[in-house]
Amino acid sequence: MASEAVYSHRDPMLKKRDDFEDILEERRNCSDLRYALKCYTPVVYKGLTPCKAGVLKNMVLQSDQLHYVINQVSKETGKAPEDVQEEASAILEEMAHRMQLSTVRFFAFTLCKVFKTLFRSICVNEEGIQRLQQAIQEHPVVLLPSHRSYMDFLLMSYILFTYDLALPVIAAGMDFMGMKIVGEMLRMSGAFFIRRSFGGDKLYWAVFSEYVKTILKNGLAPVEFFLEGTRSRTAKSLTPKLGLLNIVMDPFLKGEVFDINVVPVSISYERILEETLYARELLGVPKPKESTSGLFKARRVLSEDYGSIHVYFGQPVSVRSLAEGRVNRCQFNLTPRHIPKRPSDDVHSFVNAAAYRLVRAQEENMVLKPWVLLASLLLQNHHQDLDQDRAAGPERGMGLDELTEEALWLRDVCRQYGAFLHWPDHVPPSEVVSSSLDLHRGLVRISEGRVRLAVEHAGPSGPGVHPGAGPEEQLLNQAVVVLSCASYRNQALHVFLRPALLASAMHIATSSNKQEVFNSFSFLRNMFSNEFILCPGATMQDFEEACFLLVKTGVLQITEQEVLSTHRGHRTLAFLTRMMDPFLQGYQVICMFLCEEASEALTEKTFIPAVRGFMVKQLLSGRLRYTEVLSSDLQKNALAALLRLGAVLKTKGADQTTLKVNRVMVNSLEDTLGGKLPTQKAAVARL
Amino acid sequence: SAFTSGVSLESSPNTMEHIKCPILQEIMKWNGWGYVDSKFQFNKKGQAEFTGKRYRLSGMVMPALKEWFESTFGASLQHKTPAIPNSSAVQPPILNEAFVEDLKSTGIPFSQDAEDRVFRAHGHCLHEIFALREGKVGRVPDMVVWPSNHNDVVKIVELACKHNVCLIPYGGGTSVSSALECPPEETRTIVSVDTSQMNRILWIDEKNLTAHVEAGIVGQELERLLNESGYCTGHEPDSMEFSSLGGWVATRASGMKKNIYGNIEDLVVHIRMVTPQGVIEKSCQGPRMSTGPDIHHFILGSEGTLGVVTEVTMKIRPMPEYQKYGSVVFPNFEQGVACLREVLTLITNVFAGHALKPQKFYITKFKGFDPNRLCVATLLFEGDRERVLQHEKQVYDIAAKFGGLAAGEDNGQRGYMLTFVIAYLRDLGMDYYVIGESFETSVPWDRVLDICRNVKERIIRECKERGVQFPPLSTCRVTQTYDAGACVYFYFAFNYRGLSDPVHVYEQVEHAARDEILANGGSLSHHHGVGKLRKEWMRETVSRVGMGMLKSVKDYVDPGNIFGNRNLL
Repeated sequence: MASEAVYSHRDPMLKKRDDFEDILEERRNCSDLRYALKCYTPVVYKGLTPCKAGVLKNMVLQSDQLHYVINQVSKETGKAPEDVQEEASAILEEMAHRMQLSTVRFFAFTLCKVFKTLFRSICVNEEGIQRLQQAIQEHPVVLLPSHRSYMDFLLMSYILFTYDLALPVIAAGMDFMGMKIVGEMLRMSGAFFIRRSFGGDKLYWAVFSEYVKTILKNGLAPVEFFLEGTRSRTAKSLTPKLGLLNIVMDPFLKGEVFDINVVPVSISYERILEETLYARELLGVPKPKESTSGLFKARRVLSEDYGSIHVYFGQPVSVRSLAEGRVNRCQFNLTPRHIPKRPSDDVHSFVNAAAYRLVRAQEENMVLKPWVLLASLLLQNHHQDLDQDRAAGPERGMGLDELTEEALWLRDVCRQYGAFLHWPDHVPPSEVVSSSLDLHRGLVRISEGRVRLAVEHAGPSGPGVHPGAGPEEQLLNQAVVVLSCASYRNQALHVFLRPALLASAMHIATSSNKQEVFNSFSFLRNMFSNEFILCPGATMQDFEEACFLLVKTGVLQITEQEVLSTHRGHRTLAFLTRMMDPFLQGYQVICMFLCEEASEALTEKTFIPAVRGFMVKQLLSGRLRYTEVLSSDLQKNALAALLRLGAVLKTKGADQTTLKVNRVMVNSLEDTLGGKLPTQKAAVARL
Repeated sequence: SAFTSGVSLESSPNTMEHIKCPILQEIMKWNGWGYVDSKFQFNKKGQAEFTGKRYRLSGMVMPALKEWFESTFGASLQHKTPAIPNSSAVQPPILNEAFVEDLKSTGIPFSQDAEDRVFRAHGHCLHEIFALREGKVGRVPDMVVWPSNHNDVVKIVELACKHNVCLIPYGGGTSVSSALECPPEETRTIVSVDTSQMNRILWIDEKNLTAHVEAGIVGQELERLLNESGYCTGHEPDSMEFSSLGGWVATRASGMKKNIYGNIEDLVVHIRMVTPQGVIEKSCQGPRMSTGPDIHHFILGSEGTLGVVTEVTMKIRPMPEYQKYGSVVFPNFEQGVACLREVLTLITNVFAGHALKPQKFYITKFKGFDPNRLCVATLLFEGDRERVLQHEKQVYDIAAKFGGLAAGEDNGQRGYMLTFVIAYLRDLGMDYYVIGESFETSVPWDRVLDICRNVKERIIRECKERGVQFPPLSTCRVTQTYDAGACVYFYFAFNYRGLSDPVHVYEQVEHAARDEILANGGSLSHHHGVGKLRKEWMRETVSRVGMGMLKSVKDYVDPGNIFGNRNLL
């Protein structure tokens, strides 16, 4: 298979990671102005003669690639080539960055002030910086930061400026351009703007890809973009988008450069600026359009404490070594390289596998704060309270001691799974817990020594109905808190994912037979491969990794034939299954909706609102526990999975795309998710 | 001589008188390049000199060479790795007695002498020479036979078929593709068919400007004899002092003046080859035929797997009235390549040849150019005086557009002369822990710069990864140009002190470099051929069907694998 997984499951506890330095510390002690005006002389790619933005534009406009497409477009549309050339030039004008050191210095100065107000520290692994510096001199560099906040790319440039590294050219979404002045300023600090969708526009694609390749091939600047395409509102890593990755790998595959270094960067926020914003967005309150004035309204944000940021520059990955033995570069020998071509199957699967590998590299180096564990525990507790109908009683929530004890237990599990956990071991645990809770006080209530999510319960059985707010509105308000909290739990999902899938698989499998458990595992993995980062084609490896971890920690015993849980493993298994439950239930409800409620006229556009309506009803009637399922992210992922599995089909109509439901299949998926049906081999094979 | 002194053709003394030319190994090195009397060495003062009287360089002292040698490779005159003067155990010959008996009765001279056999058991790949210098000898031919004409070859091939004996044709022995290596698994008697006695020009046809020549003739002899009649072929591969016409045909050779005269496939009008199925040749000498696929193309590049080329009719030209060397220095390789491309599109006919090489040691400083990046083009113009001068000016004008500055005739001539002595340099290196080789490819124009950069870098990186302690020499030059692309040579050498198996490291690096060449759109070979060294890439090079075609030709022509050198397929 073309995309064998790229991992070996050595013991994750042995992972070595660099130490961090706080770059704000120095800023707190000396002049910001002097810092912003410091001498800036970054090292550059070997033999590079820096070139002006105008020269770059000319290189792009005069490239064979662009000429070819201009002629093609001119022939197809009947427009004069000069006119098409004009269009190309205009596209480039709209797109191109105009990096100016003065603007960068301005940002450096302003950001200093802002960062110092917002954050306690910005920690960077300096060894990673050194590796990056080396990489920049050797080969063209692509920077791939994780994307959780608007802050990300300003932060990146700020850090690189601080360390006297070459400033990147950054692919940014066009929506920023809406912010007039800020948009232009971002452009002058190295951002270039791309339209969100330009599917069929050949000329746009040609200008865009040639622009990026020209910068990269000549090593003019590191190219930075977000593999996830957009900010993850859930703090889970998003399925990587391949477009830009394809473009930046192309010069290597075609032999135009010897190699390209790709550097995954993991940016972890202790508290995300956009926390509640994201939750609302996921619940269907539309995202406010980016506007300069909107940004200033966010000034309230400035008065709060957002903890610390950890930025980890990962090991540079050589595209050449990634491609070794996976792509036959001879395939480019038979057509001139300037003629655009769709990536062949092997290139596509290579880029896809590489993308997953890189996202996983980002995940691995995400720093987890104690709060992430607390959020996971509090969420589970919240649902248990609901289950046991004590959501409003005095025994709801967790005692502080109990929470601390559980957190310590989870901390150890986490470490055994190789998580990059920053738990201050020299501080008494109770203090760690209380300071974490304090930082996130908007999400928790502490009363009488008990902690719970800051959720006031409605519902048919709950007595605490607030007058004035309808039950649906209350439900949504609760969901905001739950989703915010879930976004912290999600930060740790990648650590638990494989063991959790195995735990759930054991739960839904009809026996402890190893093959059956594997079939269930494989079914779940397949079902959730739009939801989580699961490398294509690595089912066996993931299964083995999960087994390895659970056996190592004494949770499971695995024989030739059977997968058995041990007595002391119960606690871990219960925790892991509960972690997966909201997702399982979410997918089940969506299946239920499609079987019971979906009308013939269901379209792609109406899917989300319709599902949401159905879920709200279910939640209010108490048939459904997890308010998390209201997340549009989960709903979209589930639909993508069902489409991928062929349980739902798209039919393109005149003006809309309708969804056709294969009820038999959806029904059987629902039952399998609920453990009612064994995962048949045939079904697995088909999936 | 390297072996026990004296040569005896022990089999049958009465055949001695058939040998007309001096015993090759008396004038040629058995474990290095070229003539015994010609070599680079460091004299007592530590200065490099070139011995002998054969070359313009002979007898000259080159003080700069030592410095270049030491600084490029980190080599030192203190650390020597001299060759072992003689070879120990050569396996006794496996003899097919019936064949030997029958052969005796034909009166064709042959030998089972160890020295004769070892001499014809190798070409000039690094691993071959390295092993010889260490006195290691593997499977060698069991006999050497010297046919003196086409009919002798017919008899030899008939006998080989009759007695199931393996034949390996041998021309000048300059192969760099392991083509002459005897397959170690071959259990039959291996007979080296040395064509060196088939070295006559049989006739010259001045009306049609062709010459009919026996295929064993070596390049410089062919030119000398034709020059006596006022003609030339213009085919001048770097190995022309030693390589033979038959070898050129069998490997699809190319010469440095090919821009005027063409490559070997353009130069041949008629080929005669003896195969196990009989003699293959065309019935006439028409300059071009539309008679199905050209059967010459089964022969050209067959690398001795189908038969022995015995006679060739070649195009000849009157000797050029006027010849002029020239050279241009470019600020960098990129500009040089762009210039050659331009020259080629504008000028044909007179521009005989050129070579473009970065950082050659004979021009290191030039008018403010960055010495690390400058690049020299050597030029040769041939033809009638007026047109030569006219085109020379044209070329220099174009060069100027690309920042090139004329660097004089001398540098040009020196560049050309160096192509002949460069092979001797490797032997010098091998005396001091330095091993290396060149290999070539052909590549479309738009990929020339990319392939040069990537292959050079790959070599450097592979050396590092394989524990080579010193930075390697990794450089390249453009030696031939075509409308659609160019031939690129890579030079690769390194100081192997500290390595336990330097040849293995060398081979791994060359292998990686070839992978890189192919991945960058280069060919498996421009003119060195495939031999056994590059066989593993043949299928992907010519496709499965292509391989099948070649195999079926082999199966028909030589079902008993009499020509069993196992090259190519």
